[in-house]
Amino acid sequence: LSSADAVAAVLWVGVTFYAVFGGADFGSGFWALVAGRGERGRRVRALVDWAIGPVWEANHVWLIFMLVILWTAFPEAFSSVMSTLFIPLCLAALGIVLRGAGFAFHRVAARSSGRRVAEAAFAISSVLTPFFMGTVVGAVASGRVPIGNAQGDPVTSWLNPASLLLGALFVAAGAYLAAVFLVSDARRFGDSELVAYFTTRSLAAAVVAGALAVAGIFVLRDDARFIYDGLTSEGLPLVLISLVCGLGALVLLWRRAARGVRPLAVAAVVAVIWGWGAAQYPYLLPETLTVEDGAGASATLTAVLVVFGIAVVVVLPALALLFTLDQRSLLEEEAE
Amino acid sequence: VGLDVFPLAADLGAARSQMAFTLGFHIVLACIGVGFPAIILVANYLGLKRDDAVALELARRWSKVAAVTFVVGAITGTVLSFEMGLLWPEFMRRFGDVFGLPFALEGIFFFTEAIFIAIYIYGWKHLSPWAHFWTGVPVALAGLGGAWSVVAANAWMNQPDGFKLASDGTATDVNALDAFFNGAVAYEAPHMILAAYLVTGFLVASVYAVGMLRGRRDRHHRLGLLIPLTFAVIVTPIQFIVGDTAARSIAKDQPVKFAAMECVQETDTHVTEYIGGICTSDGVKGGIGIPGLDSWLVGFSTDTEVTGLDSVPPEDRPPANTLLHLAFDAMVGICTALIALGLWLGIAWWRRRDIPKTPWFLRATAVSGVAAIVALECGWIVTEVGRQPWIVYEVMRTEDAVTQADGVWVSLGAVIVLYTALGIATVLVLRAMTRRWREADDVDVPYGPRPAAPEPPQGPA
Repeated sequence: LSSADAVAAVLWVGVTFYAVFGGADFGSGFWALVAGRGERGRRVRALVDWAIGPVWEANHVWLIFMLVILWTAFPEAFSSVMSTLFIPLCLAALGIVLRGAGFAFHRVAARSSGRRVAEAAFAISSVLTPFFMGTVVGAVASGRVPIGNAQGDPVTSWLNPASLLLGALFVAAGAYLAAVFLVSDARRFGDSELVAYFTTRSLAAAVVAGALAVAGIFVLRDDARFIYDGLTSEGLPLVLISLVCGLGALVLLWRRAARGVRPLAVAAVVAVIWGWGAAQYPYLLPETLTVEDGAGASATLTAVLVVFGIAVVVVLPALALLFTLDQRSLLEEEAE
Repeated sequence: VGLDVFPLAADLGAARSQMAFTLGFHIVLACIGVGFPAIILVANYLGLKRDDAVALELARRWSKVAAVTFVVGAITGTVLSFEMGLLWPEFMRRFGDVFGLPFALEGIFFFTEAIFIAIYIYGWKHLSPWAHFWTGVPVALAGLGGAWSVVAANAWMNQPDGFKLASDGTATDVNALDAFFNGAVAYEAPHMILAAYLVTGFLVASVYAVGMLRGRRDRHHRLGLLIPLTFAVIVTPIQFIVGDTAARSIAKDQPVKFAAMECVQETDTHVTEYIGGICTSDGVKGGIGIPGLDSWLVGFSTDTEVTGLDSVPPEDRPPANTLLHLAFDAMVGICTALIALGLWLGIAWWRRRDIPKTPWFLRATAVSGVAAIVALECGWIVTEVGRQPWIVYEVMRTEDAVTQADGVWVSLGAVIVLYTALGIATVLVLRAMTRRWREADDVDVPYGPRPAAPEPPQGPA
């Protein structure tokens, strides 16, 4: 294992955390969007607020982490991706601003009209942002990002079957994870109606995400052959693990099990992310730039690994503290 | 596609404008993010130590304000991370692995900050008072570390170090530590961190000064004014000394930037210091000139030689000399005025243990926040415009760093509209919060305090 490989693995750890926790936060916004107006819609949005309020900002930092690792360790890939995919990345950044601002403002807005605008900004951008991120990943996976400054097609690089599929899959996977998490959150304060509400939606989202994944196999076979080949060879064990975990979560959801759904759902997503990584290896940009060739100076790679070591010692315990306090409902409104 | 339709220079202008606009916006929030936690902790500490309910209430409310400003700072900071690649891909391709380490460190600090600010803001109810206080301490420390790291990256652009240039322009022999501890970070980072404390202190104090001018003279307003203002007036003279040191270092390390901000056309001794005025190739028009002072400021002797703009060919000189010169003068002038404000407070306090009685003191404090922000922006204009035409000083030109993607004019327009709305919404939301506090109501903010759990369903479920 070279140091470039090790840093690529670190990058993939960041991708995994962001996909699971950031993805679930985006998915919560999806459920806020489709919850409707009436009394139940209000309760769903209140649950989403309650669930992601203390953690979403920390979850968002994984995105910064990924960007920084990418440009520090793999500058060639970073500049190629950021220049060719200028349009979807601008739209994703726009979505991040609208989403954060919408979430921060909607509870403190002075008037109900302002509150509704902020809620809408949060909910709509929660769907658009992961969609555009998915198109970016699809562009990379399908080999549409050549090396260099804006050398790829500015439009068809991300408007193509593989990109659209991955955009949709990102939204569906986030919605699935969010629904599964929200079942537990609803259970934590005994709102059995919302437990049932999100159990139904977890099942629906699982079926949709699964269907998209199956459709994706055919799309990738035609449009991103290298990844398809990888997923059906090196990545196959992980794809199968994902399949088993996903089906297991489905069964537990169907049986209204109180435990085990969250770990299985997370495992299904994590397995597919690492299966993807295995399929794309050794390429950063499939078939044009390898991890080894795209890596920056070796002294910098070492430094990045040291920094990651510090992060493991400093950030992960802090993150564990935050999640523990949060799950024990110790982070709550003070009495007035 | 369409690469030849638009001249590159046009997109360079758009890219530079977008970077300047988004950085100029974010830097205000970044200052609040670094400075506010420290001020909040002072109020929190005083409240706990002296059992002072007013100080505790201030800390609690300020933490709710910080919750909003922290989110806006985080999202505008994310945009800057995107822009590093969206606008300057060639810069990142060539030097990302040279100066990326500070950003990686900043990532860790930002993580720590985001985690503990959530615990602090949401922790008022269930954590024990001192445990809660201590969860705020990592926020303030991480702010310091994060600011130092990010400024180290900017300082590297001014004083690039830690690599050798190969014949094809790529960086070799990279030493990330040398890049981190480059020649400019030792004065640039403290200058920025002090600016953060200064801006936040005067900004928060100015809000309470306005309230007092409107007749709200209760202890809440008095303490709300005094805590941040004391903080700021202690920092300001230190900032003046650090800034003066920075200017002298720039005269040595980036002489062309210094020449542009002081309008020194020709290398000479006994150089006149001009205050204000318009820079022309024949010298300064309309400013107040003090003969020999510029040389004296650089080397404590009027015999000191000051490098002029003529030391480099015209294409290597920064644009907009008058803007640079006036920005520098405005920054120094505002800092001087703020020191005077601090002396005013200090003398009154020494004699009567009270703030000066005249409303003019409150009026001066009321504008000090905006003045400090103006000084902050002027400082960034001096360092960024003053480095042009280089993105990496004397190594890479900004025009060689810019993206070849079309559409930067579109993204610039979108960013201006979006950020204007964002700025207005932030101010409106904060005003609405304070209005509700005055009506003795309470507000929910993003990280918390969490609302009570959604009510369980009525009737049989």
